[in-house]
Amino acid sequence: MSDASDIWSRAALAVACFSVDPAGLGGIWVRARSGPVRDRLIAGILAGLPPMGLRRLHPNISDEQLFGGVDLSATLSSGKLVRSSGILGTPTAMLLPMAERATAGLSARLALALDAQNGHALIAMDEGAEPDERLAPSLADRVAIHLDLDALAVGDCPVLETDFDAITQARALLPDVQALPEALDTLTRLSARLGITSLRAPLLALRLARASAALMGETLVDEEDLTLAAELVLAPRATVLPQSETAEPEAEPEQQTPDAPTDPEDTTEQSELDMPIPEDILLEAVKAILPTDLLAQLAASKAPRRTASASGTGAAKRGNRRGRPLPSRPGALDGEQRIDMVATLRAAAPWQPVRAKQQPDRTGLHIRPDDIRIRQFEEKSDRLLIFAVDASGSAAMTRLAEAKGAIELLLAEAYARRDQVALISFRGEAAEVLLPPTRSLVQTKRRLGALPGGGGTPLAAGLRAAMELAEQSKGRGMTPSIAVITDGRANVALDGAANRPQAAEDAQTLGRVIRSRDIPALVIDMGNRPQPGLKDLASTMGATYLPLPRADAQRLSTAVSVALDA
Amino acid sequence: MTRVFPFSAIVGQDEMKQAMVLTAIDPGIGGVLVFGDRGTGKSTAVRALAALLPSIDAVAGCPVNAASEAEIPDWAQVEDRTIVSKPTPVIDLPLGATEDRVVGALDIERALTRGEKAFEPGLLARANRGYLYIDEVNLLEDHIVDLLLDVAQSGENVVEREGLSIRHPARFVLVGSGNPEEGELRPQLLDRFGLSVEVASPNDIDLRVEVIRRRDAFENDHATFMQHWDAEDSALRARILAARETLKTMKTDDAVLRDCAELCVTLGSDGLRGELTLLRTARALAAFEGANAVTRQHLRSIAASALRHRLRRDPLDEAGSTTRVTRVVEEVLA
Repeated sequence: MSDASDIWSRAALAVACFSVDPAGLGGIWVRARSGPVRDRLIAGILAGLPPMGLRRLHPNISDEQLFGGVDLSATLSSGKLVRSSGILGTPTAMLLPMAERATAGLSARLALALDAQNGHALIAMDEGAEPDERLAPSLADRVAIHLDLDALAVGDCPVLETDFDAITQARALLPDVQALPEALDTLTRLSARLGITSLRAPLLALRLARASAALMGETLVDEEDLTLAAELVLAPRATVLPQSETAEPEAEPEQQTPDAPTDPEDTTEQSELDMPIPEDILLEAVKAILPTDLLAQLAASKAPRRTASASGTGAAKRGNRRGRPLPSRPGALDGEQRIDMVATLRAAAPWQPVRAKQQPDRTGLHIRPDDIRIRQFEEKSDRLLIFAVDASGSAAMTRLAEAKGAIELLLAEAYARRDQVALISFRGEAAEVLLPPTRSLVQTKRRLGALPGGGGTPLAAGLRAAMELAEQSKGRGMTPSIAVITDGRANVALDGAANRPQAAEDAQTLGRVIRSRDIPALVIDMGNRPQPGLKDLASTMGATYLPLPRADAQRLSTAVSVALDA
Repeated sequence: MTRVFPFSAIVGQDEMKQAMVLTAIDPGIGGVLVFGDRGTGKSTAVRALAALLPSIDAVAGCPVNAASEAEIPDWAQVEDRTIVSKPTPVIDLPLGATEDRVVGALDIERALTRGEKAFEPGLLARANRGYLYIDEVNLLEDHIVDLLLDVAQSGENVVEREGLSIRHPARFVLVGSGNPEEGELRPQLLDRFGLSVEVASPNDIDLRVEVIRRRDAFENDHATFMQHWDAEDSALRARILAARETLKTMKTDDAVLRDCAELCVTLGSDGLRGELTLLRTARALAAFEGANAVTRQHLRSIAASALRHRLRRDPLDEAGSTTRVTRVVEEVLA
């Protein structure tokens, strides 16, 4: 692990290289909390920028500001169409604060702008606190330099000096900088060994190496430049620890290229034979700055992301309560409604000449109250609670009645919150959807009361039915959660055969699938003695496990509400 | 000026390139879905395709690229009515585009300045007779997806809003790309794509090096690079044009039809769209290869692209759809 001053001096070099070729490198992703360290870095970046202009974006920036559009106020006052030019119209550096909050839409647009290679560069300031709160991957892939400054203190970070002469000279020199074909080979091989699938990475690394060479006043990329490129561009993207004594046991097999050797000595020889710059020197350099907790980070990044949109915007609230926009309606402004400005102007626009004739002395827009359009959203309380109830013989013997009581209590709560509920029972050989998602309390109670018991425990079939229902409801904009209520003695496999080991295995497989689909779940063990197998299943599903050996309906209900609201 | 990387210079990704070329030969195949990792050349291929496609003859000032004066929609006030050769439109539909921008809306300029009720065409109009490209299609908002589904199926965009009642042709090839790890696509939309391809970073180091080398040459030795690859692109364009001609006289045996049906029945794909796509794609491929009849070999090469996204998903089958299709193709066409 490198120490703070190392990180800072590398950051300084990165800033200098970026100043040489901002558009080519795409940009810088700075992961740091707002504070003096970040301020110093940003000041350094801004000081070194070529005279290309700088625009500040914000995460909720509109299309009109980005791409340009009709300048409404100018258009209305002059009576002629006035267009404003957008930020993406001219080459510019874009400073994006709170980059982790940028929506998928904004990220896609910025990625488009970077792809076009029109001279745009992005400086993304990411203040994400959680590991999965970060810049959208589509943008992260397109900006060359990734810096993580969270570990630094101000004391370690002297003010960045900008050497304008050197940068200006380097810019002039840049087109003449040559890279040997071997340099390119080395970077590509290295990125493959680090498990970087994107092919943008080696390309950006090569550009950084060129910028670095230009900065040194050289016309040929040398080892030093390649090392810097590997450290700044490739190391932060590594997903596999390179072959070494701490070899990653879980290295993904498909990323193990035929050339990535199991025996490190093999490469050393090979590289020395045909490469002037040994790959392993670079590898050592990268290894030196790879965080020691890379494995832990990898585990975190492999765990299902909480937001399917992967935009890093308020994960917890995703999809809820915002509703889908409906066409605006005429209406009055009562202080609570939001006016839809554009729709209002549209409604008023065709009448302007007529109204202007009626009131020739009035200047400006003629907007009447009946032009007002109100913004509307389709409000949906879209939580769905799917109960998968074990109605097998063993469960019926013990606690089915209590489970029914608990569900009824939960139903009442769900009703009060306008949540929807669905009911699945599994017994005998298969599962059955007793009640598709509904808000009808009466109907649910009736079906629940009539729920028969007896037969085997096809737990896997129950899980599958619950998962399918959850997936369907997701498609309709609901947010499903699954509550499995069982005594855990799965003895019927998916195919309906009475095969205990197979049944347990099927249940585990489905548990994994449910987790991978990112469906929150809760497993309630209603057996008289808690089943360790069921606890395993719960952890496979990423679910909360609630053993309730001596619970009454009231306690069960409380436990469920707490677990699901957490 | 934006420089576009030449289509022929894209290393590997043969399935994706083949699928795009086939839709260029027969737009009726109905779109390509490209799913795969980042940085595997998805966007590059689409932009390159725009430069590769043969140009179309269209009315110069027409917002929907009408082929002749008679086809200009009556709401459009077209001043320049000469027929010119335009590049095939490839229109980007960015994430988060509003409904107004997609389908079109009241033209505020005309409304304000001249007091006229006029229609300002949206992206769908511009994409007519061309391609509509949606990057990150799996993250697209549902209400936009619904709109697209409707238009893609009917080939016509109907706008009924703000006192406007407008319709215009919107026949386009939908090209979508995305990373499946970030979200699934609704089955309804999946089915609308004719072909689907999965792309991955090449595992072969030499191939990867070649990718980077070409890209580097493209950037740093532009003139020489383009001289070589422009010629390749022209050759490919000529082949596409020739294939469009061959396609008109393509023969299809009943045996091939049987094969198509049998493949789809064995795989249990819903509806008949699978068979139709399979047939059209195989015909386009045969035409591209200069054959005069469709053979089982053609079917074999395109079965995976045409069918893999039409299977009922089985959460327990970890083998993936591609393997299932290959297995069935081996069985049926044995």
